[in-house]
Amino acid sequence: MIKVQKLRKEFGPKVAVNSLSFEVERGEVLGFLGPNGAGKSTSMRMITGFIPPTDGKVFVGGFDMIENPIPAKRLIGYLPENAPSYNDMTVHGFLSFCAEIRGLRGEDLKKAVHRVVEMCFLENVLYQSIDTLSKGYRHRTCLAQSIIHDPEVLILDEPTDGLDPNQKHEVRQLIKRMGEKKAIIFSTHILEEVEAVCSRAMIIDRGEIVANGTPDELKAKADRAGVVTLIVGGVAGSVVMEKLGQVAAARKSAVVKEESSRVVIRIYPKTQCINGELAHQISDLATREKWRVEELHTEEGRLDEFFRSITLPDTKSEETK
Amino acid sequence: MNQSSLGNITTLAKRELKGYFASPVAYVFIVIFLLLVGFFTFMLGNAPFFKLGQASLDSFFKWHPWVFLFLVPAIGMRVWSEERRLGTIELLLTMPITAWQAIVGKFLASWAFLLLTLICTFPIIMTVNYLGKPDNGVIFGAYVGSFLMAGSYLAISCMTSAITRNQVISFILSCVICFLLILCGYPPVTEFLTTLGVSQSLIETIASLSFMTHFDAFQKGILDFRDLVFFFSVIGFSLFTTGVILRSHRAG
Repeated sequence: MIKVQKLRKEFGPKVAVNSLSFEVERGEVLGFLGPNGAGKSTSMRMITGFIPPTDGKVFVGGFDMIENPIPAKRLIGYLPENAPSYNDMTVHGFLSFCAEIRGLRGEDLKKAVHRVVEMCFLENVLYQSIDTLSKGYRHRTCLAQSIIHDPEVLILDEPTDGLDPNQKHEVRQLIKRMGEKKAIIFSTHILEEVEAVCSRAMIIDRGEIVANGTPDELKAKADRAGVVTLIVGGVAGSVVMEKLGQVAAARKSAVVKEESSRVVIRIYPKTQCINGELAHQISDLATREKWRVEELHTEEGRLDEFFRSITLPDTKSEETK
Repeated sequence: MNQSSLGNITTLAKRELKGYFASPVAYVFIVIFLLLVGFFTFMLGNAPFFKLGQASLDSFFKWHPWVFLFLVPAIGMRVWSEERRLGTIELLLTMPITAWQAIVGKFLASWAFLLLTLICTFPIIMTVNYLGKPDNGVIFGAYVGSFLMAGSYLAISCMTSAITRNQVISFILSCVICFLLILCGYPPVTEFLTTLGVSQSLIETIASLSFMTHFDAFQKGILDFRDLVFFFSVIGFSLFTTGVILRSHRAG
């Protein structure tokens, strides 16, 4: 549905997005990750046709966004960053306007407004002026606008920003549900969101893709992925350490904490693997040695750790607004 | 122009026009306009309405260029700068509409609002018709001229509001541009240029760019094709420039 080819954007001498290429099919939810100023919003603005790329192509549903923008834009629902909306209008007025500009009329328009009002829980504020609403409601009003024409492609720039935990949960469920039938791209800073919603995640840093894969694949690349934590009682740390030297899959181990009654040890695997082999071997060892194991578990690896390891901690490249 | 672009323009214009009446802007504007024009017509000048002793609205229309000079930019200044400030321009231009549909739709809405304001001055037509026998053709012509001039001011204000997201800057810029376009045909200025020894043909060229020169003809009840062309060219040019400015902002 969405095809991006060698997309590039320069703002003066600064390259905001550099040679970005990827595809998103129907039924996929692609999470866009990246530090501030990495080029996420700029990329989304180019995909939705708001700003023209310096170079490269965007196809939406087969339509070229530059050559043939109107049919391409018709397929897209877009929630811009900070969820802008016309403050002087009521929620109902705003949604009706958006439906009308999307070509809906009469009964269809009423049905569409009713549908999104229900989906985004806006019944209570339907006839309130948007500038009197709380941030959460304003955000959901703009989200409602993006799905009013039941688009095949959804581009959401930080859709859960500024929502409370319950609302975040609702919106995630909504995205996940819609992701079964649509092609969705959404950006976020919340890494747990990626795990909860995305079928694929892409990390962008300084305008380039630095990682691309399913959330599980990315997690497996984290430093701590596959590390086994072992808590044993009644044995001295040094004894355990010595015995652990015999474990084939272990690269090294370290005592994290030693108390009188128990010892906490972390064992690093030889190859980066989370298939449980290391844990099996340790478990066998513990059975042979008759240790009183309190806890034994393999770290899955964490997305935020991986994120930090591949995106450079540089705050100089702030996004130009 | 096909059906859908007309539909898009109407949808946009309707929203914009509703926006005026959703806030106090519309009411304040109409009241201030009527008060100012009324005050000038009856109180100021060499020949205010009653002292003129004629059943004509000359003393009414001659103030329009000056009142519009400050009031129309006040309407036009928010047209695009507000969209940029709120970020709604990003919504608007990612909808399945072209930029020129948005530009024309927003312009027409504000112009329709100015038309409504002009219509609100109808009591003065009734007054002058009650007091005497004015030439209503001339009055109609002057209204057309006033409406076209307001449209030209408005198009220029739309253009300046596309330049900046700061409404104050937009207001001042459009006031200055409109003021210059009035001045270059204002008799005291052209006379001053003559005393400086500027050649007559150059003065005429400059004066022909002025709102005053073209509005005068309308005030006399003359609907000259060239004057119509002038006002529509100013509007067309300003709206075209608005499109160029908006595009260059997005291109970064």
